[in-house]
Order: sequence, then structure tokens, then C-alpha cells
Amino acid sequence: MNENVIYSINGPVVTVKNASVFSMLEMVYVGHKKLMGEVISISRDATTIQVYESTTGLQPGEPVYASHQPIQVTLGPGILRNIFDGIERPLRAIAKESGAFIETGSAVAPLDEEALWQVTMKIKVGDKLVGGQIYATVPETDLIEHRLMVPPHMSGEVVWVGDNKTYRIHDEVVKLRLDNGDLQALTLCQKWPIKTARPVKERLPISIPLVTGQRIFDTLFPIAKGGTAAIPGGFGTGKTMTQHQLAKWCDADIIVYVGCGERGNEMTQVLEEFSELVDPKSQKPLTDRTVLIANTSNMPVAAREASIYTGLTLAEYYRDMGYHVAIMADSTSRWAEALREISGRLEEMPAEEGFPAYLPSRISQFYERAGYMKTLNDAEGSVSIIGAVSPQGADFSEPVTQNTKRFVRCFWALDKQLAYARHYFAINWNESYSEYVNDLSRWYMRNVDARFMNCRQQLTALLAEETKLMEIVKLIGSDVLPDDQKLVIEISKVIRVGYLQQNAFHPEDTYVPLAKQMKMMDVILYLYKQSKKVLSEGKPMSLILKTGIFDKVIKMKYDVANNQLELLDTYMPMIDEALAQIE
Amino acid sequence: MGIQYLGLNEISGPLIFLDQVDDVHYEEMVELHLDNGEKRLGRVVQLEGKRAVIQVFEGTNGISLTNVKTLFTGKAMELPLSKELLGRVFNGSGQPIDGLGDLYAEKSKDINGSPLNPVSRVYPRNYINTGISSIDALTTLIRGQKLPIFSGSGMPHNELAVQLVKQAKISEGDGKNFGIVFAAMGVKNDVADYFRRSFEEAGVMDKVVMFINLSNDPIIERTLTPRCALTAAEYLAYEHDMHILVILTDITSYCEALREFSSSKGEIPGRKGYPGYLYSDLASLYERAGIIQGAKGSVTQIPILTMPNDDITHPIPDLTGYITEGQIVLDRSLNQMGVYPPVGILPSLSRLMKDGIGEGFTRKDHSALSNQLFAAYAKVQDARSLASVIGEDELSDVDKQYMSFGALFEEHFLNQGFQEDRSIQTTLDLGWDLLSVLPREELDRVDDEVLDEFYNHEKAVKRFSVKQPEIIKELAGNEA
Repeated sequence: MNENVIYSINGPVVTVKNASVFSMLEMVYVGHKKLMGEVISISRDATTIQVYESTTGLQPGEPVYASHQPIQVTLGPGILRNIFDGIERPLRAIAKESGAFIETGSAVAPLDEEALWQVTMKIKVGDKLVGGQIYATVPETDLIEHRLMVPPHMSGEVVWVGDNKTYRIHDEVVKLRLDNGDLQALTLCQKWPIKTARPVKERLPISIPLVTGQRIFDTLFPIAKGGTAAIPGGFGTGKTMTQHQLAKWCDADIIVYVGCGERGNEMTQVLEEFSELVDPKSQKPLTDRTVLIANTSNMPVAAREASIYTGLTLAEYYRDMGYHVAIMADSTSRWAEALREISGRLEEMPAEEGFPAYLPSRISQFYERAGYMKTLNDAEGSVSIIGAVSPQGADFSEPVTQNTKRFVRCFWALDKQLAYARHYFAINWNESYSEYVNDLSRWYMRNVDARFMNCRQQLTALLAEETKLMEIVKLIGSDVLPDDQKLVIEISKVIRVGYLQQNAFHPEDTYVPLAKQMKMMDVILYLYKQSKKVLSEGKPMSLILKTGIFDKVIKMKYDVANNQLELLDTYMPMIDEALAQIE
Repeated sequence: MGIQYLGLNEISGPLIFLDQVDDVHYEEMVELHLDNGEKRLGRVVQLEGKRAVIQVFEGTNGISLTNVKTLFTGKAMELPLSKELLGRVFNGSGQPIDGLGDLYAEKSKDINGSPLNPVSRVYPRNYINTGISSIDALTTLIRGQKLPIFSGSGMPHNELAVQLVKQAKISEGDGKNFGIVFAAMGVKNDVADYFRRSFEEAGVMDKVVMFINLSNDPIIERTLTPRCALTAAEYLAYEHDMHILVILTDITSYCEALREFSSSKGEIPGRKGYPGYLYSDLASLYERAGIIQGAKGSVTQIPILTMPNDDITHPIPDLTGYITEGQIVLDRSLNQMGVYPPVGILPSLSRLMKDGIGEGFTRKDHSALSNQLFAAYAKVQDARSLASVIGEDELSDVDKQYMSFGALFEEHFLNQGFQEDRSIQTTLDLGWDLLSVLPREELDRVDDEVLDEFYNHEKAVKRFSVKQPEIIKELAGNEA
């Protein structure tokens, strides 16, 4: 006889009276349909549960079952290429079972339990294994080798090893004699609670950039592998486009894309596009390195909160294998709003704008799970987090943006005015910053060019100067400026339009290697230097512009293909020639 | 028949409270039978032990603690459905009000729907030709999209909606499988009437299903209106292979009804008093647009909302913009200048447009043209703000050209008649002619190849009889 029954129901929040068996953050099953829920508060007389599915049709008096475990995800081969909802239910399998609409109480195993995986053992009987050690590998996709690891906090001696052959994920492949004498079987999968960070040996300093092939990021505001970045922007400024571009082109091994409270069509788009696009390095479809978590805005709000943690846990699992993982969370504001909604239903005392007072600590816990780590098996792996923020009314002073700003080290502020002018990426170079520039400058000097950081500095200086001049231009027009200041404005236009603006739909411009970025900067700065010289000889700016060389340089991003970088060297003589024509 | 409960324990605004009830489901439908024979409908919104909180759709006027019998139906709210929906008029909670009697239902469905599985969606790619230049060229409407119109009081959003309905064309099926579901939430009597008359005049009434909740109708019913409409739309689209255009007007009234209801429930308010779950609630409406695998039909939504005080950062337009796939923003100053439709193109956007235009859909130069028009018009705004400070005479020559481009663009491109139906070819050609007014160097968003084909300065100068600024002539003379 189960005496734990529902007492009250209010939206996704359900309470149980006089229950003592539940513990905080425990996963429970609610009602006859066994809807998944989580315990979020306990008092002497009432236990409060948030339900991850729609509560329509529930009745007081229906049973609530304890699971005695926190909410966990299943980790094993079959995660990549898949699309899950916020609590790791495979959406394709659900679609097969219940059609186009998601019914409540769908109980589907997270990973395909019937699929066969080719397992190669890496250990033999008598080996001593510790937590995190790799005992077998599975080719999960053409791109990624899945490394099976002993769960953390477990160690023992191998007493039996299966043959190298195909297994299902729940088949036993290794038996361990644990240190306390118990026998423990290892299968192809393990479980891990989503709200606990997976352990690592140590945190390593940050030194390698996450190369994105997008000029404004790589050059001006780089993010490191293991770093954190926020993309705030009002609607229509291109947050999702930016996230998609990064997911497509950044040089992480694995991408975890979390669509948290966003549009259903966007997830469909990611699914379609990524299966058509190929990875530039391996020529395999991008889906081979991608896992999608889709909790669209019309799916239950409580699962939206979980989706972020589910994504992070999957990311950490692959990091522990020694991969560099990038997780895109679109959008963290929806996650914060889910917190607010649940908090409101619990009648908690609200802080700023109705958000709960624990918002900052939740945000920091989330971003602090990023990092460049030495894993338990002494490999190096990283989790980089790129979170979109959707501030209300595009006002960056709202609590989610402000608190996020405190805990991330890259801030890529999207700007409405730039988006209106269809300047993409609409990243405002005055408001954005990256704290990783110094950490990464060594890498750029060694791997790209010793002058890279210097050139970058010159570009930012010119842009800053332009911003100041534009203040004047707005008041009195550009005609009255002296020629050297006009040159700053013109060259900044070249930087803005010819360099920062990048066309995601142009085959050559959608991804630009660092070497090309370096050369493009060289050309622009050379143009600036030479034009300045011409001006100092007393020739007017208008004649320089008339040569058309500025427009030519602006279009170099389209005119020079990524595999013909030597063409960029011809721009210097072209500039000289054009400027020499001026009488 | 279930148990009937006699009397109530408490009444507060649209809510009634019943103690000592058994076997009640969350969100189930409730029938209230008043002593005077009247029947009202309600829904369970909160359960606490044996206490049930019920919202009454028609309001609690005339209800006392003793004069009512409550019957729990055991079902969530459902809408009866059949192909006969077309041509009918219903009230906000799905009861027929056209005097033609009850619908002979083939089946009935929960009006709340279920979330659509993202893997079962088909990414929308087919464009809908609306015959309106500013929309077709710059914020193309795609089948299966949700594209709201952000308007303000006194602006012609209703006319625009009617024009869209009249002119919207899809390429296949001769419009036979095209239908409209119209949901009016808290609209004025005249407006509802205007829509009905316009549909009749356009001869499309037998393709329209109307759900009407007027501004003096109960607010709870208003929160159900869009859900009924979308349930009808989904049924027609996915089970009868129709392409359904859903017009929801006015979302602002809907949100205000939600706020009123939320505060009467004593919930903690979020921004501007709107409930904290406004985003989720709006999403549960807007996300019901789309196309699903295996069905031939589609649901396209055009919600209309009036921005309070023309403020786009107000929570309603703000949250809407975060959910919908773009927005069409009407601009008051254009409206005052007599430009119809007054689409302010800079803040307007269609997110799905990039995949539904170009070769095979519209024309290969479409995306280049729209990018360049946006960029050029943004420069027009800069030039205008500069001109307002230093005067137009002091502007540089390029800025002056932008000024004249801006005026021509508004006069010829944005402005078009209420009856004028422009083909996509006409619209795109017009766009190129306007861009050709500008010097070729200024068109920096377009490849040279495309420019070679479409840029024609002489033609443009002739067509719009532009006065060539002196400097251009001079330069032209020098080069020759």
C-alpha cells in the first residue's frame, strides 16, 4: 500500500502531505501515468514536486512513487546523432511510438537497447582499474570513438573480460572485483545525476582558442577551449544564427546543442542542416559529432530547467574521454524564466523582476562546469559553454544578463541597430569583450603569426577612434572633418564591412581560416598605412576614394577563395598602383 | 452522469471555490447549472486536497453560494470537429453563434493540444505570395511560419490582414485546399463585423472558420478562443490536407485577459503585472504553427497585436518576438505620411525567409536584393537624422542620393493600394530599379555578377526622373 498520494495540484507543481520517504532532488513518478517529477522542497508536512510533463488530468489521491535516486541520464554509445528532450528521452523513438505529438507519460529508454556495438577491449584479466579508466572502445560514429570508462569512484581488479565482438548496451563486458570484495559488472553504459558535476583530476590553465572561423570571434573576441561566453541580444538580432554558425564551424570534437525553450522549427532546421553539412576536417556529416537536446517553448516548463543540466552532463561525459566539447545553450533566459515560473508557483519571495533570489548562484554553478581539465584517465579534455541570453526588451540591465556577465569571460553583445542594417554578426564591438585575449596571445603568436595580436590591437584602436569621430559626424556631418580623420572613418568602414561583417550564406565567407584572417588584416592595415602616406603628401582623401581601391579591399572576402590565399599578397602591389595614380 | 455538488464555498472574480469534492481531475471541464436554467462552463485550475478552484468562462455574474449545481465532466475541454467547420461562426469557447445549430462532429479534440515533436516537424520552405511588395520582397511569408504583425491603435493592421487573406496565393491546388481560421479576441464589434463583411465581399466566406470573442465578452472565454481556433486549424490541416492561415487578433487583449485572470487567482506577477508564465503560455499558442511529416497541410499563423503606446519593448511584443519567426512592424510615421501598408521594414524580419526564397522559389537575385535594400534604407535613416541636425543642404552628395532613394522607396515600393496585387517579378524588378538610383559603388552587399545583370542606372533615372547631382555628372565627364 503506497500511502504517498497527491494532495494539491497547481500547474506543474504537485504537493504530497506527510511523506517522509522523499529526499531533496530525488526523481519521483507521479500519478497512474507515472509522470516524471523531481522533489524541490520538503517540509515536515508537505513535499513539493515539480512535474516534468503536463499535469492535466491528474487527481488528488493518485499515488506518487519514490525512486530513491536523483534525476540521472544514461551515458553510453548511441548519444551522438540523437535528439533528446530535456530529460533524455529520445524524440525519434517517441515519434515512432506516439506520432507527431508528444503524449504524457511516454516511457522510452534513452538509448537504443537493441542496437549492436562493436566493442574492442583495452584491458585484460588481472588489471587493476580505477575510476575514469578506459576499458573498451566503440566506434560510435565515423568521426568519434566512444571510450567506455569505469564510473568515477569505482575501482577494482578485472576478473573477467568479454571477447571483442558486438554487444548491446546493457550486456556485461567486464567483471570487476571491487576493493571491498564485491563483484561488479560493467556494461556499455552508466548513469550519472545531472545536477552533479563529473569529477576530474585537475583544472588546467586555459591556453588554446576555440577556433570558429568567424572573424569577429577569432580576431576580436576569442573564446578559449574550456571557456565561457554569453551572447545577449533582443529578438531578431541573430542569437540563434550565431549559435548555429559556431556549432557548424568551431573546432570542437563534439557539439552539444541545447534548444531550451526555443522554437520547434529551429531544432528541425538544425537536424536538417547538420545532416547535409560536412565537417571540413573529416568530410563526414556534422551530425556525427553532434547531439541535440530539444525542449521547445511549448514543452513542459520544468523539463526546460533540466535540459541545460542534461546537456552539460553529456558534454562532461565526452570530455572525460579526452574530447573537446562545446555546448551551445539557446537560450539561458528561458531556463531562468523556468526557474522564475516554478519559484512563483512555490510562492517564494521574489527578488529582482520576479526572479528568485538564487538566480545568480544557479547561473554561476552552470558556467563553472566549463573548463579545460585533466581527466581521471590523464587525458586532456574541455567543455566550453556558449550561452545565448534573451534580455527582455533588449535591455542588458535586466537580471539574467547582468548576472551572466559576472560569470562569463566572453561577452558578445548583439546590437539591434546593426541587425536592422543587416550587418551580421550583429556584434557590437564597443560593448563586447573577451578576457581570454591575454591567455591566448601566446597560442596565436606561435600558431598563426607573431604579428596577429598586434594587428588585432590596431584594428580595435581604429574602431574605437571611429566611434569617437562618429559622435562628431552625427552632429555636424563628415564633410568638415580633416582628411586624416576622414581616412580613419573610411578605413573603419573597410574593417566593419570588409572584415567584421561575415556572410554565413556565402560558400567562401561562411568559414574563414585563421591564416586568411591574418592576411586580410595585413591588407587592410597596409591600405591604411599607404593612404596615410599619400595624405601626408598633401593629396585629398576624395581622390583616394575615387580610385575605388577601398571598395576593392572590402570585397576581398568574396574575391579570394579560402584555398587561394596567395592572391591576398597581390593586394599590396594593387594598393600601391592605385595610390600611385593619384596626381 | 457524475455527482452534482449543490452550492459553493466562495466566489472571487471569475473563480469559484468548492470544498469537499472527490474524484476531480486537474484542468477538467465543469458544468454549472444555475437555478434559472442557465448553463455555464468552467475549468478546474487548482486542486488542494478536497478543495477545487474553478474558473467560470462566462463570468460569475448572478451566481450565489446557493443557487448553483456543479457537475464535473471528467474530461478536459474539447472542441467538436468536422469538415463542416468551414463557413461557420463560433463564440470564443467554440459554441456556434450563427444560428445554424450544433456542429455534427466527426470527432472532438482537447483544445490544449500536445507539444509537437521537433523530429516530426518539416522545416518550412514554401513561400506564400501575398502580393504586397514590402512583405514579399523583404519579410517573405513562408507556409508553416508564425509571423506576427506588430501594430498600434489606429493603424491599418486590420486592412492589411484582410488584404493578406484576399491575396495570399500558394502555388499548387488552385487555392482549393486553402482555408482561413479567424480568431477575434476582445475585438470591437465593428472590427469583427469588418472582417466578416470583407470575407463575404471577397467571396471566401465558405473557406473561413470564425471564432469571435468581443471586447465585452467574458475574459476567461478569451483565453480559450485562440486554443479553439488552433485546434480547428490543426484538424483541417493535418486531417484534411488543407493549408490553413490562422489570423489571431488581438493578442494584446488576450494577454490582458490572462493578466486579469492571473491576478484574481492571487499569483505572483512578473513584469508589468503579467504572469510569470506569459512566455510559456504564448509559446503554447504560437508553436502550434507548422508542418508535420506525413500530412499535406500546414498551419501558418499571423497573430496581430497592438503595442501599448507603440512600445516594442513592452512584454507582449517582446515575448512574442522571441517566440515567433520574425515580425512585421507597422510604423506610425509612415502611416501619417499616408503610406499604405505602413511597414517599417528595418525592425521587420522574417526568419524563415532565407530558405524559402531564391532560385526554385522566387528568383535567384531575391536575397541579394533584400539585403541591399535593408542596408540602403538603414543608411537613409542615418542621412535623415543627420539632415535634421545640419539641414539637407549641408549633406554630402552620397547622403543626398540616399535621401532621394529613401523618398522614392517609400513612395513606390512600400506604398501600394489596398486592391493592388503585385507579382513577385514586379516587386523584385521595382526593387532593382530603385537601387539603381544609387551609385553602383554603394551597393556593397551584392556580388558584381548580380549587379551586372540587374543594375541599370539610366533606366532608373528615367523611370523616376531623378535629378543627377552635379558631382556625378562631373565625375562621369572626367572618366569619359
